[in-house]
Order: sequence, then C-alpha cells, then structure tokens
Amino acid sequence: MRWFNPIATARTLRKIGLMGIGQRNADYVLMHNPRKFYPRVDDKLITKKLALAAGLPVPDLYAVVREEHEITELHRRLQDREQFVVKPAHGSGGDGILVITGRRGERYRRANGDLMSRDEFGHHLSNGLSGLFSLGGQPDHLLVEYCVQFDPIFDQVSFRGVPDIRIIVFLGYPVMAMIRLPTRLSDGKANLHQGAIGVGIDIPSGKTRRGVWGTELIREHPDTEHSIVGLEIPHWDHLLSMAARCHELSGMGYVGVDFVLDRVRGPLILELNARPGLAIQMANGNGLLHRLQRVEALQARGEWQSDAAARARFAREHFPTRG
Amino acid sequence: MKKTQLYLLAVIVASLAAAAIGYKWQVLKFPLQPEAEVEVWTLQARIEYRPKRGPNTVTLQLPTVTPGFTLVDEKFVARNYSTLQETSAEGRDVQWAIRRASGAQTLYYRATVVRSAGNEIPDLAFEPHLATAPVLEEPRATAAQSLLDAVRDQSADVVTYARELVHRFNEATPSQDVAILREVPQTHGERAQFLAGLLGQRNIPVRVLYGLPLGTEHLTTGSPKAWLAVYNGERWAVVDPVSGAEGWPSNVFLWSSGERPLLRVDGNPNATMEFSISRNLADAMAVAEPRLEVQDANLVRYSLLSLPLQTQQVYRVLLMIPVGAFIMLLLRNLVGVKTFGTFMPVLIALAFRDTGIIAGMVLFALVIGAGLLVRFYMERLRLLLVPRLTAILILVVLLMALVSVLSNRLGIEVGLSVALFPMVIMAMTIERMSVAWEERGGGTAMREGVGTLVVAALAYLVMSWPPLEHLVFVFPEVLLILFALTLLLGRYSGYRLMELFRFRALAREADPIAPDPVAKG
Repeated sequence: MRWFNPIATARTLRKIGLMGIGQRNADYVLMHNPRKFYPRVDDKLITKKLALAAGLPVPDLYAVVREEHEITELHRRLQDREQFVVKPAHGSGGDGILVITGRRGERYRRANGDLMSRDEFGHHLSNGLSGLFSLGGQPDHLLVEYCVQFDPIFDQVSFRGVPDIRIIVFLGYPVMAMIRLPTRLSDGKANLHQGAIGVGIDIPSGKTRRGVWGTELIREHPDTEHSIVGLEIPHWDHLLSMAARCHELSGMGYVGVDFVLDRVRGPLILELNARPGLAIQMANGNGLLHRLQRVEALQARGEWQSDAAARARFAREHFPTRG
Repeated sequence: MKKTQLYLLAVIVASLAAAAIGYKWQVLKFPLQPEAEVEVWTLQARIEYRPKRGPNTVTLQLPTVTPGFTLVDEKFVARNYSTLQETSAEGRDVQWAIRRASGAQTLYYRATVVRSAGNEIPDLAFEPHLATAPVLEEPRATAAQSLLDAVRDQSADVVTYARELVHRFNEATPSQDVAILREVPQTHGERAQFLAGLLGQRNIPVRVLYGLPLGTEHLTTGSPKAWLAVYNGERWAVVDPVSGAEGWPSNVFLWSSGERPLLRVDGNPNATMEFSISRNLADAMAVAEPRLEVQDANLVRYSLLSLPLQTQQVYRVLLMIPVGAFIMLLLRNLVGVKTFGTFMPVLIALAFRDTGIIAGMVLFALVIGAGLLVRFYMERLRLLLVPRLTAILILVVLLMALVSVLSNRLGIEVGLSVALFPMVIMAMTIERMSVAWEERGGGTAMREGVGTLVVAALAYLVMSWPPLEHLVFVFPEVLLILFALTLLLGRYSGYRLMELFRFRALAREADPIAPDPVAKG
C-alpha cells in the first residue's frame, strides 16, 4: 500500500475539479445563497408550501405539531392513517425522521419492523419539538405527512427504507445527480454518513454509473449483491426539469433537491438543501467545479436561460459523467 | 473585488498591529519574553546618630536629577519619626523629625533604581553660581594664585581650565605649589570642595556633585564620590576631580547636586551615614511599568497594566481565548477535525488550565463516560429535553464532587482544582454525544468526542505556553494580527486535510477522469 501523500492527492483532485468543503462554502454557498431565503429550504413546511404554490408535487401534509399538548391529540387525528412519516421541520441529514408503516393495537410499527408504544412515540415527538434534531437546537415544529410508497424498481438494490434522488442545481441548471440507497448499515436511512450508498447518475442518459459506500468505490449493493450500475431512473426528464424549477422556487443559486419516487404519484420533492455537494462527487467519481464554472461562464456571457425546461435540456447535453 | 477589499483590510490591520508592537518593544522597552530580566539596584542610606535632648531633625538630600537611571521606588524607614519631603530649586530632601529620642538612632532611606530608556545624559539644569573660595593662609594663598595662573596659561576655556587644574593637582610628582595645597583637603569630598573653591576664585561657576557608582557586584558598601560640574556659560560639564576625565560616567548614579551637605543633623556633627548598594535581576515587566510611568504616565494609565492585579489575572486568561479559538479554526477549517460544538473545545481547554492536561483529559473522559451511561438510562425514562439536560447537569456536578472527594482521600491533588471545569459544557457534551451515538452510531460519536479532546488539548498547549501568554498580555495588539489572519482564512477555499483523505479513493484511480473540455462559444 502506498503512503497517503496529501500534496499529490490535492493536485490530482484539483485536476478532476473536485470541490472541497471550504470552496463550496466560500465560493458557492456564501456567494449564491442569500441568507434571507434560507428559511425556504431549512423549514420543510415553507418548502412544501412554496412547492405546492409552484405546482410541484410533494407528499401530502397530514398534520403539523407545534405544541407539546398536540401530541396527545395527534394519536386521534392519525387514527385513520395506517402509514405516515413524522419529521422535524428543521431537521438535517435525516435526523429525527420517524417512519410508521403500520399499527399493532395501541402500538406503532416502524419501518425497520420495531414496535413503538404511544409513550415512546410521544417522547420522540417531544424531543423533536424541543429542538433535539434541529440545526441550532431551537424549538422546532413537526410535520406529519404521507408515507411514500416507493417505486419497486429499486427493491433489488435497497435494504428497507426509501431510496432518494438528489440533484444539485446551480443557477437553475441541474449539474450533478445521484441516488442514495439505504443499506443494512444505515438502518434504512438514505444518509451517506450513516452508511447508505451513493450512486452517481449520468445526467444525459439518466442511468446509474457507479457508487460509493463510505470511502469505498463499489458496483454492487453490499447487502443484496445486485449490480448498481446501469439502472435507469424513471421520469428522468421530468425530474431534471422539476429540479431546475427549484431555483426560482427557493431563490437559492446553489441548492440540492431531494426527490423520492412514489409508486402511485411519481416523483415527489422531499426537501431542499442549501449546502449540498460533497459526497455526490464521490458517488459520481467526477468533480463539480468544471460544471459549475461552465454555468458561471454561461451567465457571464449573458446566455443564462430563464426557461427551466431549456436549462434541463442544456444539462442533458453538457454534463455527462465521465470515467 | 470583494477579495481585494478583504486582503487590504487584513493587511492594514496587521501592519497597524505590527507597528504598535514594534513601538512598544523598541521605544517603550516592553520585554518580548517573560523571563527577560533587567538589572535593578537597591541603594540604601543608613544614618546613625546619637540624639541630643529635645527635638531632633535629620535632613537628607535625595536624588532628583538622575541621568541614565530612573528611580522606580523609594522607601523611608524611620520609626516614630515624622517624614516630610520637600522639593526646592536646590533639589529634594527629606526631613525626619522627632520630639524626644533616646539611645542610638538609625534611619533608613532606600531607593530602587533601574537604567532608564535614554542612555544619553540630559543637560543638567542648575543655577550657575560661584563657590565660596577657601580661606587660605600664606604661603598657601600665594601658591594657589600661582597654580591658578599657570593653569590659566595652559587652557583654552572653562572646561579645559578645570581639567588642567585637576590634572596638576593630582600629579604624581607635584610641583611645590601643589604639594603645599594638597595638605589642606583631607578626604575625597573635601578635595572636590577645595577645587571648587579654587575655581570659584577665578569666577568659574562650579558645583560639587555626589554620585554612587553602581557596579556589577551583588552587594557593596560605599560612600558617594564627588564630581565637579563647571559652567561654561551655556551648559554644565562634569569633570572627575581625580582623573580629570570629562563627562558623567554612565555607571554612576547622581545622588545629590545641591550645595547643601548630603546629611544634616541639627547640631550633631557625629552622625554617620553609610551607603549599601545591592544589585538584583528583576522581572523586566515589573520594572517596565513604573519606569514607563515615570516617563509617560498616560501610556500606563490606559493600558492593561493599570488594572488591579486580580483583573489583570483575569485578562491574562481572557486574552488567550482568541488564541485557542484560532487554533480551533486552523484544526477545523484546514485540517477538518470534527468537534462537538463550535467553541466547546476552547472552553474545555480553559478548564485544563486548572487541572493540568493529563488530569484534565482523564477527568473529562471519566465524567463524560459516566454521564453517558446515566444518559442512556435516562433515555428510557422519557424525559423532555430541558429537564433531561438539567438532570444531567446536576449529576455532572455531583460526579465531579465525587471525583474530588475520592482523589482527596487517595491523596491526589488534581481532582480538587476543578472549580472552573465547565459543568454546563460537559452536560451539553454528554447530551450531544448521546444523540450522535443514537443517530449516527457509536463510531461517529467517539470520533467527534476524541476530536473535541484533541483540539482542546492542542488549544490548551498553545494557550498555556508562557512566552505566548506574556506576549498577548503585554502586546494585546497580537490579537489584531490574529484577527487579520482569521479574515484571510475566512475565504480559504482549498481542500482540508481530512477531505483529501476522504476523497483519496478518487485520486488513486489509475486513469484520472479527464476534465470536461473547456466550454467554447
């Protein structure tokens, strides 16, 4: 095994156009994302309302919990729902998301099969209200919404849980995409930090190329052993143009859009993220910088397109995954 | 555009700070190192006399003009005496008075002296006047006249006149005139007085100066030596009454320049005075302050040195916090170490100041570990967030009390110095760590916990480095340089070290992915 040489590594990464966290924050997040629009992406309730107003599909909202006492009421309000998801409005990285897939008497069944008593359920919710899962620890509110019936197309390559698709949109142009597949390690969560797989998607074709698990490059799902290369993402055109529209919706220049594919309703927008873009480069094996600079050059020449569909088309023509 | 503005601001701030530091260091002589030491002399005048009946008054001439030296402190030790200082055109003196005294009396005057910043001797500013000529009998009067005439022929001005006179008077094989005259003065001081009188006969304004040579010996006793100061119409020139050398010697402390005798005890000629000089090395900082106060009081009055000592101690610690924060900035943004909370490591590092690093880390690990166990149990009790945090805080305080008591029983002193260990911070750390444990797994939680400890330890090592602590306290401008560096790092957009490690799989590929062809048209 060769020694890890930081300088040589840095040089190679620079050549690939890999964007580091410092550069992302300094040159893209700080430069293109106005502070005043942050609530639009940080508060999932606002995101949902904006998306609905723009005519973009989102999971139905069943209830909003703002106060401690509403938790007891919630049991009654949800008595007709078999399946639902509770998520903190300001949660990040999938923290605090509770997926209920069924009931057994008084108890709720979680996505991983565990049973949860009403007390435990209430405790989880009150933690969320106190801000345990929110970024700054401020008191939060909770969203109870439709539990996505995910498209069986990914059943072979996910271990429980819901795979989701992330597309990074820069100035309205989709620049990079990946699909995140839950594993046994990630406990059904589609979070790369917790052990989910990220699989890069070639934007022109809408097909997966290869994946990353932790820091390891992979071509098969570690739990199911199925190949994760060459999977075709359904509704790809539609996904790209919806992602492109999130630029206007959020007001953010550099934003990540998370989708899930519902069996019945097709692609739904789950949430927006104001600071995306590190792991996705690993998943694609490609750097973001060259693509971002390309969009910047376009804007500098005054050729920026205001039509979201045209921007999605541009991305399909110009941003193939290489290697 | 914005970046140039940032660089400009950083450069301006940094150069202003550097200039201020340079000024304080070079001109005001603030020491750069804590252990910098300066020579300090303590001059003690011991006066002994037998009192007469009734009231007694003792008058001692005190140093006023002290070329090359600064008087930083003085003390008067005289039990049962009233002490009165008086400053006049002739100089400064102290009067000790007592109504009734019996037995041998001993009085002390003690002055602490350091070399002053400017080594050149300022102009002595005395009123020129003529010394009273000594009353001489024949044949000495004639001998004096002929000596003075001979000196006059061989000199050009007042200064050379005085030097020539001294030279002739001290010749190894004196002329007959000198031989007769040399019989008159008995002591060194009287000889100077005698020479002054001779010069006074020729209308040359002259004074006798008394000074103490300050050597390198640790302790010496001595008596003041006399020098002659002659006035040439414009300025005073100093002449050594033995060697005839011109100029005030740089190692002599000018004690008194008055015409009055050094010591006067009413109607009591038997008083004796003894000087002892001790030389010490003192902390440069302790001396810089009073010296500066003598030179320019405002500079001290508006600096941290003017604060009460306790407040100064607090600022010594406070001023190091930015340094710790800067270390953390480097570790987080350049290396990419993950920690709990933004400034938590710095606060933990502060706590290490009380406990020491090893004990602090053990204590930290112990309390956090025990707290985590309790926290995992409490998870099953379903407490709300704020009550849970409060409960943990209470337990943390009790845990630390327990550690202190136990270590005391075992005879270890470390556990006792935990007073400042930030309990709230620990409670928050436990909470965040347990959440991270549940949400992201034990590995991540441990990694972040260890990261926090490593950053805290490094920050502590830097913050408790005495030269740096001294530098920041004496030159708070250092923090402005740190500020400028922080501004520059604020726009650092290169890779972090950990990032390179994380992405190394990408770089290791045999065939690096070719970048996109450059966009054209």
